Amino acid sequence: MSAPEQLPEIDNGLLRFLTCGSVDDGKSTLIGRLLFDSKTILADTLNAIEKTSAKRGMSAVDLSLLTDGLQAEREQGITIDVAYRYFSTGRRKYIIADAPGHEQYTRNMVTAASTANLAIILVDARKGVLTQTRRHSYLASLVGIPHLLVAVNKMDLVDYDQAVFERIKADYLAFADKLGIEDVRFIPISALAGDMIVDRGERLGWYDGPTLLDILENAPAAHTEQAEDFRFPVQFVCRPQDSANPELHDYRGFMGRVESGEIAVGDAVTVLPSGATSKVRRIEIGGVPLERAIHEQSVALLLEDEIDISRGDLIVKSAEAPEPVKQIDATICWLAEAPLSPARTYLVRHTTREVKAKLARIDYRLDVNTLEREAATGLAMNDIARVTLKLAQPIVADRYADNRATGAFIIIDESTNNTVGAGMIG
Amino acid sequence: MSTLTKQTLSHLDWLEAEAIHILREVAGQCSNPVLLFSGGKDSICLLRLAEKAFRPGRFPFPLMHIDTGHNYKEVTDFRDKRAAELGERLIVRSVEDSMARGTVVLKHADESRNKHQSVTLLEAIEEFGFDACIGGARRDEEKARAKERIMSFRDEFGQWDPKNQRPELWNLYNARSHKGENIRAFPISNWTELDVWQYIQREQLELPSIYFAHVRPVVRKNGLLQPVTELTPAKPGDKVEDVQVRFRTVGDITCTAPVESDADTVEKILAETATTTITERGATRMDDQTSEASMEQRKKEGYF
Repeated sequence: MSAPEQLPEIDNGLLRFLTCGSVDDGKSTLIGRLLFDSKTILADTLNAIEKTSAKRGMSAVDLSLLTDGLQAEREQGITIDVAYRYFSTGRRKYIIADAPGHEQYTRNMVTAASTANLAIILVDARKGVLTQTRRHSYLASLVGIPHLLVAVNKMDLVDYDQAVFERIKADYLAFADKLGIEDVRFIPISALAGDMIVDRGERLGWYDGPTLLDILENAPAAHTEQAEDFRFPVQFVCRPQDSANPELHDYRGFMGRVESGEIAVGDAVTVLPSGATSKVRRIEIGGVPLERAIHEQSVALLLEDEIDISRGDLIVKSAEAPEPVKQIDATICWLAEAPLSPARTYLVRHTTREVKAKLARIDYRLDVNTLEREAATGLAMNDIARVTLKLAQPIVADRYADNRATGAFIIIDESTNNTVGAGMIG
Repeated sequence: MSTLTKQTLSHLDWLEAEAIHILREVAGQCSNPVLLFSGGKDSICLLRLAEKAFRPGRFPFPLMHIDTGHNYKEVTDFRDKRAAELGERLIVRSVEDSMARGTVVLKHADESRNKHQSVTLLEAIEEFGFDACIGGARRDEEKARAKERIMSFRDEFGQWDPKNQRPELWNLYNARSHKGENIRAFPISNWTELDVWQYIQREQLELPSIYFAHVRPVVRKNGLLQPVTELTPAKPGDKVEDVQVRFRTVGDITCTAPVESDADTVEKILAETATTTITERGATRMDDQTSEASMEQRKKEGYF
């Protein structure tokens, strides 16, 4: 190979986004197009899918074959599970969560959405806004994805007609309003022909907005632009007493990730649920000191005072301390084949804390297609419901709408250790 | 949607912070984890991440290598040196011991021992009672891995059931297991080959010499450069050439091929990685080329 070429300068952080769509609306083709046009697909992968496409009697390369990773998926021609894909441009690294459109839809979509900051909702230009479009949008808003991008695909099949695009946009806005979705944008595309994905193409001259990739390049990487309260769940306590270095005998580092907000040396902090207070003496990564730590940084905090702190405790700024609670109202999504049993005790994992929990009541179950509320006595897989849970010990929580990290929890069945539910407090 | 006001981490800082968080979750949730360290570049990154996660303390887990006995000496020497520098405990368990016990039976003397590492790994897990193994696998390496969880559950036979994985939401990882079962934890799941090389550059990580361009006798076969070694001698009729090569992955000698390259520094490797046209395993792994699902099959049998 020749001398080094210019390397991509990635300076705009990392964006995680979700693609949602149904079986035939071209989601896999869109992902294939993004990977292909950003030159992420390498020659041998392309060769392999060319061979498979030919074997299945297709005339063009089927870019959707890129996303089917498991033997069963290839055999059945369906996507079973959420797949993660990666690509980089000169400016940014992307993680795509690709949720399949049919089987166990709610479970997969909630899983994929939980780590995404933007969702691309695909609408087939010929079909317009469908029940599933509403369902995707509702789930995206339920899980708190701050930015929605409605991509009206297959514009090539409606002669790139602006009127079709405008009608779909108006239909969508009419119901998005009811869901309280605030940041939604619209773009006409043809994933198959590559129009308005990475390149503008020549057939959508009436659209003067940015391309799909431009929108991704400029979307905020942070989950929220609002200043958030400092939340630091303690994962692990470092006490190197046996070290040969006597200076470390009294070292106590509280290790965790800044889930929200920021912290600086000298800040007054409160440890919950005990309520003990102190000040930040040092902030470190791998023993190297920092002046401050921001949202999403994994650090160790050292405090002025010797306080008993262990995994599961939450360190907050003293002025922003929430109250511990022993009962929570939440929207939950049931993820397991075995239905929720109102008689059983489950385990709730919230931040780094685990507590036993029991169902107090189900307020209602929500039909994700009609958004109607219905009475329920139990929950089956893919059900979404408003519930109240009683907890054996207190947790320190925020409303999910205010704080994704301290407002979310999972439900674990101790007999199998399976993750059986996902919940959002508030 | 147009402004970027709030301060956020660079992509490499974000990946680092995520990996540190995952390592600490394993340490916090599991009672007896182990970190699989082969001397390869991905597990070299894991060690730096573990330093950032746990120093000034000791690592809350030992290191372990499953040695096929067919690894490049440069790599196993590096493995031993790195563990010693860190002052951490290194366990080595050998496929040859499993063969002596009769738990690994080769079809023929020349069969690659690579896939048999699974047996030795499962025996070591049982011997030490490990409830979690931290590995350097990445989702961009292979299509079956693209679907694997960060905390991946294995049953008491070490099997991965891709159709029945635990849902993994937010960063609330579930690393619980019953006795005899096992969690495989992959802190750099979300990293690409390019991210790994960028991290090696930024952190100035030392690597075994065979990652850099060197001249080596090889035979061109099936589109791969097969190294000529004592273990893999040239066969009659093979045309042996001295070619300048480097390894993109290092593993069992019998199934790892180098690529032609003059990149003798991390900077040059980065430039090649950014502009390469062949995937990492595609260019280098004979074991992944047997069928479209060979990695998935091995993982179901307990492979990393």
